[in-house]
Amino acid sequence: MSAIEPPSEIVWWKQPLDRVEGTWITMALVWSLFMFFMMPFWHVYGKQNLSNEAYRTTPQAFMAKTQAMVDEYTVRKDPSTQFPVVRPPPGSDVYLVGRLWQWWPLLEFEKGQTYRLHISSMDWQHGFSLQPVNINTQILPGYEMVLTVTPDTADEQTIICNEFCGLGHHAMLGKIFITEGGQ
Amino acid sequence: MSSDKFRICPESGLQFHKPSEWLMRSHAVFAVVILLFGGITALLVTLTRWPAVHYLPADRFYQMLTSHGVNMLIFWIITFEIAVLYFCSSTLLRCRLATPRIAWLGFALMLIGVIVNNLAVASGDASVMMTSYVPMPANPNFYLGLIIFAVGALLGCFVFLGTLVIAKEEKTYEGSIPLVTFGALTACIIAVFTIASGAIILIPTYLWSIGYIENIDAAMYRLVWWALGHASQQVNVAAHVAIWYAIAAIVFGARPLSEKVSRTAFFLYIAFLQLASAHHLLVDPGLSSEWKIFNTSYAMYLAVLASMVHGLTVPGSIEVAQRAKGYTKGLFEWLRKAPWGNPVFSGMFISLIGFGFIGGISGVVMGTEQINIIIHNTIYVPGHFHATVVIGTTLAFMAMTYFLIPVLFRRQLVMPWLAKWQPYLFGGGMAVFTLAMMGAGTLGVERRHWDMAFTNSALAFDYPASAFTMMGVVGIAGVAAILGGAIFILVTVLSVFFGKPVESTSAYGVAPTTLKRATPIVVPDGGHAATGKWGFAAPGTFLLAIFFLAIFVFYYAVNWKYLASVWPMS
Repeated sequence: MSAIEPPSEIVWWKQPLDRVEGTWITMALVWSLFMFFMMPFWHVYGKQNLSNEAYRTTPQAFMAKTQAMVDEYTVRKDPSTQFPVVRPPPGSDVYLVGRLWQWWPLLEFEKGQTYRLHISSMDWQHGFSLQPVNINTQILPGYEMVLTVTPDTADEQTIICNEFCGLGHHAMLGKIFITEGGQ
Repeated sequence: MSSDKFRICPESGLQFHKPSEWLMRSHAVFAVVILLFGGITALLVTLTRWPAVHYLPADRFYQMLTSHGVNMLIFWIITFEIAVLYFCSSTLLRCRLATPRIAWLGFALMLIGVIVNNLAVASGDASVMMTSYVPMPANPNFYLGLIIFAVGALLGCFVFLGTLVIAKEEKTYEGSIPLVTFGALTACIIAVFTIASGAIILIPTYLWSIGYIENIDAAMYRLVWWALGHASQQVNVAAHVAIWYAIAAIVFGARPLSEKVSRTAFFLYIAFLQLASAHHLLVDPGLSSEWKIFNTSYAMYLAVLASMVHGLTVPGSIEVAQRAKGYTKGLFEWLRKAPWGNPVFSGMFISLIGFGFIGGISGVVMGTEQINIIIHNTIYVPGHFHATVVIGTTLAFMAMTYFLIPVLFRRQLVMPWLAKWQPYLFGGGMAVFTLAMMGAGTLGVERRHWDMAFTNSALAFDYPASAFTMMGVVGIAGVAAILGGAIFILVTVLSVFFGKPVESTSAYGVAPTTLKRATPIVVPDGGHAATGKWGFAAPGTFLLAIFFLAIFVFYYAVNWKYLASVWPMS
């Protein structure tokens, strides 16, 4: 019963390695290093990265910017919620508010165009989960996250809250409608 | 030192110190009571997430999920771990336990902490999940209970460290501490770090909840809270790996392939595991990619390397021990002829396989900075950690309990035929449960969510039918696993309180003896490798390890491929 007894050798650290251990450690180390360098590699050559662009903000300041965008670019009202549907120009700064328990306003993007999507919370922590494309980020009060996205599929996307935010959490949905490009 | 406080268990040869023994028994029994409570909430939560049943109303669901998380992830595991620490110090080192009175104080504080926290959750105004993310407020007693519990656990850690000092001072063992005690020491060191992190964030949060502090920054809270939340899971890893080694030694007389490798691997845990707070912050605003990559990979995956090493050396040591007994036919006779009907072994081996293949691989994949974008806060995440903490830690603790019932409690196991099947039902149910959760998570199903059909929402969204099927599988497999957990509790409680006493006698009053060094290995001609193949002492284990690596590489590549199909973003 050696693992529950003191090592048999006084100088146990000089005991030679079994070949099976040496071989496995080498393989596992190579794989570990590969996985490590894969992340910076993807930053250079991959297309799905977070820029980690973020700013400190306040609910008031962020709401003011969102309201300005809504006032300028609203194209219609959503029939079921009466929320404004905003169609911002491609390349512009777009603002999305997470609050108990809605994502506001609804957005309309054009396929193939790039948008700077600013997201912040007015109250508690929320989770921005865009489905079915499956993009998930954490939204914090006091922080304005900037996600530069280029929709390359044309299906309607739903924003689901995936950070628990109280009793209405499971009803907190938003929408990003995607229109075909070249209109 | 008076000798009337020591007894030797005739079957195992282990020496018990009376105060330490009663502390271990109390911690283990209390832990199982918490496990029972956590199991009942598990059933309620599972039945609610099973779409066809959808049992609880929303407010009850969030309340029960909070209770389940705190009781299982913090209270059950840490309470049992304190018993493990006392076992690995006082019992294994044949030493008296340091300051039993302070240890009892620690136990009392843990008990009070559990009650205070659970009453806060039961009151209904602390349904904030285990993470209690600010600024969502909870009843102040929620934080207070956690703080009191943590102080108690910290006292337990100090008693463990004090016992190591006494053992060294009174020369109760020769040479270095055994590997299993070394693993427990690893767990203890990480636990002290964990509890300190918890104090740093929970004390200000408590002061905030009673109105003394005005604001707690949400990002800062997450960073520091996860140094508690994730590091505490690393305590579990170190503890259950130590138990794997202990069970390999107890059941097979296995010795580590080499002390150097296994101890270095434990040391890598101490050096790097606490960086894992980053795993939860990979898609958070306010942190740079450089920070995320360094921390999420534990500095180039060195702690992952450590787990991959243990994953080889634990079964490898069993293989070498079995081959020495003559089970040398082919690559796997040693494994086929293992005592699969003994729940101590089967529980430990299922724990090892489940932790490595399901929990380990999924953890590294979803902890990759960019891949986390497609996984963060989906139900994939609980899928991962139920594989690590339930199949890995909890099942290892269950296996250890089966060993301890005759040795520590001096009772025969009741219904051994039921205990024999328990690890398979529990581990198998949990394996299907976790894999189905990961499948549903890959389809975007959210965690901590009452209604995947969104019936109360003004806007609509439909998950694919396959997502509902997966969650149905989660429900069925979850109920099976809970049944396995119930059998464990039934068998252990009946054994401990109503079981027949063990036939041999183990009276107090023996003179304590010194723990001798292990007898040197009698190396066969041509070294260990002679009983193995290809110059490897454990060729069967090596092949299993290659199989593991192949699945790992494949699954890693699949997830990058899936990520590449998502909208371009920067």
